[in-house]
Amino acid sequence: MNEILLIGGMALVTFLIRYPALALAGKVEMPKRVFEALRYVAPAVLAAIIAPAVLLPGNHAIQTTADFIPLAAIIVTGLAMWRTKNLTVTIIVGMAVFMGLRALIPQPALP
Amino acid sequence: MAGSSTPQPGSTPRSEFAAGMRDTIPMVLGAIPFGIIYGALAVTSGMTPAGAEAMSAFVFAGSSQFIAVGLVAQHVSILFIVVTTFVVNLRHALYSATLGPYLKRVPQRYLIPMGFMLTDETFVIVVKRFEERGSQPYGRWYYLGSALLMYANWQLCTVVGIVAGQTIPDPEQWGLDFAAMVTFGGMVVSMLRNRSTALAVIVAGLVAALAFPLPNRLGLMLAALAGVTAGMIGKAIFKEREPEPEMFRIDDAWASGPTEETAL
Repeated sequence: MNEILLIGGMALVTFLIRYPALALAGKVEMPKRVFEALRYVAPAVLAAIIAPAVLLPGNHAIQTTADFIPLAAIIVTGLAMWRTKNLTVTIIVGMAVFMGLRALIPQPALP
Repeated sequence: MAGSSTPQPGSTPRSEFAAGMRDTIPMVLGAIPFGIIYGALAVTSGMTPAGAEAMSAFVFAGSSQFIAVGLVAQHVSILFIVVTTFVVNLRHALYSATLGPYLKRVPQRYLIPMGFMLTDETFVIVVKRFEERGSQPYGRWYYLGSALLMYANWQLCTVVGIVAGQTIPDPEQWGLDFAAMVTFGGMVVSMLRNRSTALAVIVAGLVAALAFPLPNRLGLMLAALAGVTAGMIGKAIFKEREPEPEMFRIDDAWASGPTEETAL
């Protein structure tokens, strides 16, 4: 495996995704409707990252008690954020619930 | 909240840089386990320690790095890994399109490193700040504070993971990688400002789960687009009206702000 080629290729495509829209920002006027639509990007992408991790643990739909742990932990996390409005406290609460449940409930063997 | 975009009194490049770092600390907490596990996984997948760290230094895109080293372990061709990286990172184009309107007057010599260091975490933190305060003369320093902290943390965690990975087996079994999900979960809740946003979150989540079997994480991109569409439809159905986006009044804010030359 040629690591220089691999890393160079990955770095190039990633930069070419991230940079152009920033570079064009001052030159192209964005229609207001597009700007309004982009306001949904952050919450939508975050939800899309989380959903498979909590709804499909181990790449299959929830089947065992242990599978419910990620979903339970994320629900508590959401409630913690809603009540405390403090992200650091929320992370601590969410991880405590997640690790606590994992310690209490027997885990199925990993494949 | 969203409204006037007058420059904050007393803000300086230094204070904005520090604020960007401070606001990103929770995101760093979520990223630490992720970075350590990446480093450990990379060396157990057959990357050299130097290659594992170089990937963090030059690519700097966590989830695509994970997938890449997974593919390295399966001896997949470089071209396939690069194409996969492209698809996995495509969401970043949405991020820069979202942030761009707030960074109109920022010179390219800043935008290049800013683009290079754009991550999920920095995007989420910075877009929240910009939506609340509008375009600010020193907004780029807030962005750079956030991005540089994430970058430094990612390099450090990669090195820790590379060292630990050679001694501790099965780093993924610890469950610490869930910290990133918890962090993102908290951020989603903090962004639920109206009914259309809630609709966007629900639709994006459902589509992401249903489309998860698609290759190259295409489901993630599909879900993001579905969520944005649902949000716009919801906005029309719920007849939500929002204050004029700050960037359309940007000139008032900048009129009393510094020029590019003095802002340095």
